[in-house]
Amino acid sequence: MDWSFLFETLKTLLAGVPLTLQLATTALCTGFVLAACIATLAESAFAPARWFSRLYVMLFQGTPLLVQIFVIYYGFGQISFLRSSFAWPLLAQAYWCAILALSLNTSAYGAEIIRGAIAAVPEREIEAGRAIGMAGLLLRRRVIWPQALRYGLANYGNEAILLLKATSLASVITLMDVTGLAYRLVSKTYRSEEIFTVAGLIYLAMTFVIATCVHMLEGHLNPSRRV
Amino acid sequence: MEPFPQETAPLPGATVIKAVGLTKRYGVLDVLQGIDLEAHEGEVISILGASGSGKSTFLRCLNLLEVPSGGALNILGEDIRFRLKRGEQHIADARQVNRLRSQVGMVFQNFCLWSHRTVLQNVMEGPIHVQGRNRYEVRDEAEKTLARVGMLNRAEYYPSQLSGGQQQRVAIARAIVMRPRVLLFDEPTSALDPELVGEVLKVMRDLASEGRTMLIVTHEMAFARDVSSRIVFLEKGTVRAQGSPQDLFKGGMDESFDRFISHFSRPG
Repeated sequence: MDWSFLFETLKTLLAGVPLTLQLATTALCTGFVLAACIATLAESAFAPARWFSRLYVMLFQGTPLLVQIFVIYYGFGQISFLRSSFAWPLLAQAYWCAILALSLNTSAYGAEIIRGAIAAVPEREIEAGRAIGMAGLLLRRRVIWPQALRYGLANYGNEAILLLKATSLASVITLMDVTGLAYRLVSKTYRSEEIFTVAGLIYLAMTFVIATCVHMLEGHLNPSRRV
Repeated sequence: MEPFPQETAPLPGATVIKAVGLTKRYGVLDVLQGIDLEAHEGEVISILGASGSGKSTFLRCLNLLEVPSGGALNILGEDIRFRLKRGEQHIADARQVNRLRSQVGMVFQNFCLWSHRTVLQNVMEGPIHVQGRNRYEVRDEAEKTLARVGMLNRAEYYPSQLSGGQQQRVAIARAIVMRPRVLLFDEPTSALDPELVGEVLKVMRDLASEGRTMLIVTHEMAFARDVSSRIVFLEKGTVRAQGSPQDLFKGGMDESFDRFISHFSRPG
């Protein structure tokens, strides 16, 4: 085994970690905000808002992320009003296209997680809040959201891991994240097994960190279940 | 947040709850068919009846967890305002209802403690976040209240670590720390293992002997007989009979009630 080559590869690919993490965390944060909005619309009393939310989720869950990235990166350039709009300086860059696609995509899954987590909050605990005079934001802030967080955290942690791995698709629109750098190195050296193995190990290390953080947070939020 | 007015000295015997012709309908099912009830300060009223007689629904109407379909409701001297929307009655003034709920304590059959908060946090939640009272003062009062129901040594436990009887005693503490003018109990011992019923009933007896105003939906006949100042017997959504426990349990006052209590083979 060529240890010095593996070590050189690792050094090269680690340079892509900041970009990978940037894509993942930015998309995770904006995706969460979007997801919360979409989940709120899903419970709206106004029917068209519910239809929109349903359509949104269906659209982004029902098409491959790769296709979404292509549509945003290659497709938006064909639309003339977008080219002349204020958003074009951003949309012309692969980086922002990737962020947009990842955010939209994760928000659809996130919305479903949030909706499910809120639905899982026991009705009787909400009722106990009402019975002492809580309502509206107070009831949400003190009873519903803290409980929903506990129900949704594990699923959202999974989504974060999926998202981190999904950032590798950004390499197809020229971004030099871990996968992008790995591709470039392969085309120079033709040593794909070793290079992609190293890339895989880097992703594994990152997802391990996320999973551990989520697990620790879960334990912190559920002290009664810690034994 | 402006603090709520605290425990105004009640006039002895003042009316705290008055329901007139209260009805509740679910689709085609008439659960309550016009219930009249007036509860006064200091009364302990047990509401009895077979399952399906509407007793829980009636109790839940009294703090508007169920919105009555018709009739008038006056809580603590305030007429509850309703509005009609597509032929159904709704709460007209949510602020009024929230304010009154904070003064009407409710104890549920399934305890309904907040599972993500400790015993002490459960008890402190309402006074701090609903009534806007001072945290240190509330902590002090919460601890005293927990001591009274014998749960102070479990203050840092989570509900899932407690027995049903212990959870229910915490739920009672959570209700009384709000300094309510009335306490509503919705079958507080029905979800408990038989050996745990006694500890909850003991706490309720203590509360009754303090002169607290209580409305209790229960199947504990001995408790209802010994502790209540008045029994209200519901049947098919109406008040079939009411009176002092002595009169009613003596028998012969209402044959339907007599038949009802005869089902309780162990009236001990």
